[in-house]
Amino acid sequence: MKQLLAFIHKEFLHVFRDPKTMLLLFGLPIAQILLFGFALSNEINHSNVIVIDYAKDVASRSIIEKVRASENFDLYDVLDDHHMIEEVFKRGETKMAIVFPSNFNEDLVHGGYTEVQLITDASDPNTATTLVNYFNMLLLGYQSEMYQDQQMPMNIQLSLRNIYNPELEGTTNFVPGVMALVLLLVCVLMTSVAIVKEKELGTMEILLVSPFNPFMVIISKVIPYLFLSIVNLIVILALSVFVLNLEIAGSIILLFGVSILLILAALSLGILISNVTNNQQTAMLISLMGMLLPTLMFTGFMFPIENMPKFLQVISNIIPSTWYYIIVKNVMIKGLGFESIWKESLILAGMTTFLLLVSIKKFKIRLS
Amino acid sequence: MNSQKMISTRDLTKTFGDFVAVNNITFDVRQGEIFGFLGANGAGKTTAMRMLCGLSIPTSGEATIAGYDVYKETEKIKQNIGYMSQKFSLYEDLTVAENIRFFGGIYGLKNGEIKARSRELINALDLNDQKDLLVGSLPLGWKQKLAFSVAIFHHPKLVFLDEPTGGVDPVTRRQFWDMINQASEDGITIFVTTHYMDEAEYCDRISMMVDGYIRALDSPAQLKKQYNAESMDEVFYELARGAKRTE
Repeated sequence: MKQLLAFIHKEFLHVFRDPKTMLLLFGLPIAQILLFGFALSNEINHSNVIVIDYAKDVASRSIIEKVRASENFDLYDVLDDHHMIEEVFKRGETKMAIVFPSNFNEDLVHGGYTEVQLITDASDPNTATTLVNYFNMLLLGYQSEMYQDQQMPMNIQLSLRNIYNPELEGTTNFVPGVMALVLLLVCVLMTSVAIVKEKELGTMEILLVSPFNPFMVIISKVIPYLFLSIVNLIVILALSVFVLNLEIAGSIILLFGVSILLILAALSLGILISNVTNNQQTAMLISLMGMLLPTLMFTGFMFPIENMPKFLQVISNIIPSTWYYIIVKNVMIKGLGFESIWKESLILAGMTTFLLLVSIKKFKIRLS
Repeated sequence: MNSQKMISTRDLTKTFGDFVAVNNITFDVRQGEIFGFLGANGAGKTTAMRMLCGLSIPTSGEATIAGYDVYKETEKIKQNIGYMSQKFSLYEDLTVAENIRFFGGIYGLKNGEIKARSRELINALDLNDQKDLLVGSLPLGWKQKLAFSVAIFHHPKLVFLDEPTGGVDPVTRRQFWDMINQASEDGITIFVTTHYMDEAEYCDRISMMVDGYIRALDSPAQLKKQYNAESMDEVFYELARGAKRTE
């Protein structure tokens, strides 16, 4: 036990003394969250919209004027019928179409109720949502102006149609994605480099000649990084809540539980990588290529898995972060409990156990 | 079991595929001896030494270290040996004191012991002003001396030194050998590999490995007499020039 503590203490010293490690460990997640957060939810100005005006009356014209005047929108074209819409969307010349039905003003003034249809290109879900919100604000502004000289309250409803991505996947989904990415990357990279470094420096030989159990070498490498990863997780979650205003809908304990599973899987992968290579550059490269790419490609947080070719979908199943991503999305965003994620959790736990056992078994006790 | 023999090997062999790295070596090292393990590059020294340290399992043959079997009792062996590798092997990003504490810690020494011994060690090496400096900032000679002191910090019965003086200046090499002699007087058996023939002269006995075999084993004086040579250099040349294996 005392040996273990001496070792863990040493590991922490390595981390805290190396500015590069510290930067990677804590700078990376912060940068990722802020970058993804702001790149995806930034204000949008002068976005092209098209209008299809079947009404051509007072109300539709004044709303179109408001659109024209708005900083957020650039009126790309006003069309008479909707057959052209798809063409314009396909050319990527607009992100949103606003459709006024015929009798717009009449329904509004006499019936007190009407609808405006918005068609958005949801392949970029964040832009789509933001544009809808802008237009909503604009409509509310119009209504409150008109309300002053009307007896009856008016109500314009939005009827939304998202094309290309009807579920609007991806709005808040990037946080679980970044969590998976950062935890995997940091843990795999850190452990593999930390172990390979000892091989490179020759200190591994000294450790293996000492009575210190090689199994303990693994444990002492894993514990500090497990601890630091949990700190990292707290940082990511805090940033999501306080900077990106994301609410954590489900149980935090559950969230940490599955995250520790993923961290352990990642640490085992790091140990495995350290077994197959003897220098830090290779370890780093394998970690980046082996972790970053599959996580980006296959977890579904950048590209929807349902749209992938069958065999890529099969591959995505063997990647631990895919399951982690599903679990975190369900817990954090949808607020679901354990009963709805136990299957995915079981798969992830199975993968973690498997990787942990293989890495301990494979860890080379002897140099040759 | 003869306690006088620190190392005892019988036909110890290590093969990698078809390649016989170490070929039936048989030798004994007595307790308290300074034993020089010589050979050209690629002769099989490091492989032999790794088997003796428990880092590598022999293909065949027998060996005991401090009376413990290299196949079955590697844990016991590890408790009783020290090892200094040819690469510098302290942590450069830890201070002198932290390195000592760490290695004391993994050998399971008690805190009080570690404190007392490190004070002693730091005084002996005259490192009082440097003990809180990172090891990386020390000159190579000091690093090597520190690495040796750390290798015998847990008072092993036997210490393996793999080319401990590579790259250091003659004055430091001399001081280093003073430390080796001191350790030997304190009862630690020394097993050392080197390429410097003047260092071979400091050994009680030396063995010469050529192409995986031990070709000669005796005291330096005897070897010079046997090969009718003026210096160990000539003995080495005489033996090693027939070598087929080079690195």
